[in-house]
Amino acid sequence: MWSRLNRFGPLLALLLVYLFFAITNSKITSLTAMEMMVLHTVIVGVSAIGMTLVIISAGIDLSVGSIIALSSVVVALLMDSYGLDPLIAAICGIAAGLICGLFNGLLITRLKLVPFIVTLGTLLIVRGIAKGLANSIPINAGQTWLSELLAVLPPDRRWQLLPPGGWLMILLAMAVAGFLRYTKLGRHILAVGSNENTARLCGVAVERVKVFVYAAAGAFAGLSGLMLMSYQEQGDPTGAVGLELEVIAAVVIGGGSLSGGEGSILGSLVGAMIMTVIRTGCQLNGWPPWVTQIVTGSVIVVAVAVDRLRHRRFRLI
Amino acid sequence: MAGPELAADSGDKPRLEMRGICKRFGATIALQDVSFAVKPGEVHALVGENGAGKSTLMKILAGAYKPDKGTMFLDGKPFQPHNSLDARLQGVGMIYQELSLAPHLTVEENMLLGMEPTKLGFVRWQEVRGRAREALKHFDHSRLKPDTRVGTLPLSAQQLVEIGRSLTVGCQVLVFDEPTSSLSQRDIDRLFEVIIGFRNQDLSIVYISHFLEEVQHIADRLTVLRDGYVVGTRDVGTTKTEEIVRMMVGREITDLYPRSVRKRRDAVLEIENLAGLEKPETANLVLHNGEVLGICGLVGAGRTEMLRVIFGLDPVRKGRIKIGLHLGPASPIRRWMQGVGMLSENRKEEGLATNLSLADNVTLSKLRGFGPLKLVLPRKQEAATQKWIDLLDIRCLNPGQRVAEMSGGNQQKAAIARLLQHDADVLLLDEPTRGIDVAAKAKIYQIINEIAAGSESKGRAPKAVLMISSYLPELIGICDRIAVMYRGHLSAAKPVEEIDEHKLMMAATGQEVLV
Repeated sequence: MWSRLNRFGPLLALLLVYLFFAITNSKITSLTAMEMMVLHTVIVGVSAIGMTLVIISAGIDLSVGSIIALSSVVVALLMDSYGLDPLIAAICGIAAGLICGLFNGLLITRLKLVPFIVTLGTLLIVRGIAKGLANSIPINAGQTWLSELLAVLPPDRRWQLLPPGGWLMILLAMAVAGFLRYTKLGRHILAVGSNENTARLCGVAVERVKVFVYAAAGAFAGLSGLMLMSYQEQGDPTGAVGLELEVIAAVVIGGGSLSGGEGSILGSLVGAMIMTVIRTGCQLNGWPPWVTQIVTGSVIVVAVAVDRLRHRRFRLI
Repeated sequence: MAGPELAADSGDKPRLEMRGICKRFGATIALQDVSFAVKPGEVHALVGENGAGKSTLMKILAGAYKPDKGTMFLDGKPFQPHNSLDARLQGVGMIYQELSLAPHLTVEENMLLGMEPTKLGFVRWQEVRGRAREALKHFDHSRLKPDTRVGTLPLSAQQLVEIGRSLTVGCQVLVFDEPTSSLSQRDIDRLFEVIIGFRNQDLSIVYISHFLEEVQHIADRLTVLRDGYVVGTRDVGTTKTEEIVRMMVGREITDLYPRSVRKRRDAVLEIENLAGLEKPETANLVLHNGEVLGICGLVGAGRTEMLRVIFGLDPVRKGRIKIGLHLGPASPIRRWMQGVGMLSENRKEEGLATNLSLADNVTLSKLRGFGPLKLVLPRKQEAATQKWIDLLDIRCLNPGQRVAEMSGGNQQKAAIARLLQHDADVLLLDEPTRGIDVAAKAKIYQIINEIAAGSESKGRAPKAVLMISSYLPELIGICDRIAVMYRGHLSAAKPVEEIDEHKLMMAATGQEVLV
């Protein structure tokens, strides 16, 4: 009964939150609202896939928001100033994220620093680089096929249900969920997060696993940045500020444990949806931003409290 | 009611008295009718093997556990502390093996931590200083300035701060738990001077130690605990070492230990002058296929460290390790590939990832062969694990059950199953039966015997087992040869036929060299 509640808890929470807003304001059930929520969910959700890996390994990555901004700037800059092919620019954007993640991972494993501190540092460093590259102003990327990656679908293509970016997120989520469950590296990530000493005793290359996890989180954040760029048609060095907290909250709401060893990719996506519904619902209700912030913050606290409660129950057994 | 007969025959009234203390944990009896008294101006040692019940007794004294039966008296009045602070305030101070000081605070701040004299909420530093100085007068120690930060002091001086903490509230009883295990000889001598000083000031000292020579040096009387009950109390001056040892180990050996015909074959593990960063200092041994080699020694002697160095979990300072054809130090990853497996002494912290499933834990060291394309299919992991569940009689719901939900004995079997699943040829076992019940122990002895003896009918070659244990009957029961580690030095291994518990205990406590 408890384990089932654990698994379906996030889904239940999503339903409740959605119902609450649907009752207070019918606009949230409109097509436009749905479409907007999909777009935002994808941006948070793609990063949440990578963050789930990090959190399962008992780490944390605070630099995600900055990496998203950097990636969007890199893509826009390469297309706008250097006239590169959108595909190559997109790859470079993701690569930029990957490199940032690799940097995080190497700092954490080689210097044996705490992930929280390292990524707090790179949060600022990467944001600085993004601003430097873009002279602190948004770079317009112009209309290319990339803009369609994450955009509201035109009426004649409604049958696709989701924009390509949405489908890409679902595909990646399924692939990563399978990777975690069915590959050696995936099991090793779980083992490192569950008990690093045991993993080391059993011959798991703990350091390599960690570098991989942060690099992957960087790459997924890079992809999020590409999505953001596609959606806004510009690279904004001051965008996605604080988004990492929304991503972390999504993972924790979705069943990830900050003490490691637990987490679910699909749960994290549901978590991302919950965060989006709250954000959109508050906006549609015409609540001022400060109320939205208080509500979002409260949800994060409640989610972490639930995480603690789950663990207290675990110890009783 | 307050025990007039005891007081009468001992001449003067005991300061601290425990009477008829019983404590059970589930089915395990930790303490059974334990009575024990300390007089003023006496150093009373409490000795016994690991698991004899010393630490449980300590915890009851400190209020961490409540006894199921029995009472305690301090100066004739009932003594029922709620926790160690309460015990200290009532007059019984504990000096633990692991110090509990705040390294960033000063000596005087630490000594009065939690009971700072205040006025209107402000700390009265004058008085703090005064009381700390007063307490420090008990032992004249020049290096100990009240305003130094504790973190900058050597360990021996930190220990004095810990002692001072009890003196500031006027404790009349001080309980030392293995106080010398991490001190150098010079610091030990100095500590003894301090303790003798206390005795002359009419304080009562309870001194818990493994080291017999220390006990004989410092204690007036000693009480021997074994398997949770008091074997006897003796005056140190008139009791021979042999008698104490006999009191500590006197236990019947049953046929708990199966022993198939084992034939020693080729050497698979050789170490020469091996030294770790701190311990071991020198270790030489040769381990052969088809034998169980036991390492005896006290906690802290360097046995675990030696195993960790061999397995690559800790660095090699000097010396040579040869495993099969592989020479030199290697990481745990390599060691597993070379066919070496290690069982950690610390099941919860290191041995097992307790919130993963049994199947994940058993297969973690070798996630190969569980599906096509290098995939790891949980179904196949669980099928492989099921085999060991049946063979080792592991009690669980299914292979997917989380290890945390299983009992200690079954967890230990799971940890051993990993080595078997990996098919390791050299098994390094650190305290393989720690904290598990007799039935599980018997099963594990049987497994170890089968590993070392091999089985021709089942096509299993004899393997090599190197095992650490603090439980002497078990070592003598299942090992072919035994070596003793004493303060970082490993003795030569002797055939078990030439050894008895008495010799082992003498060697482990540094009384005699193992011959």
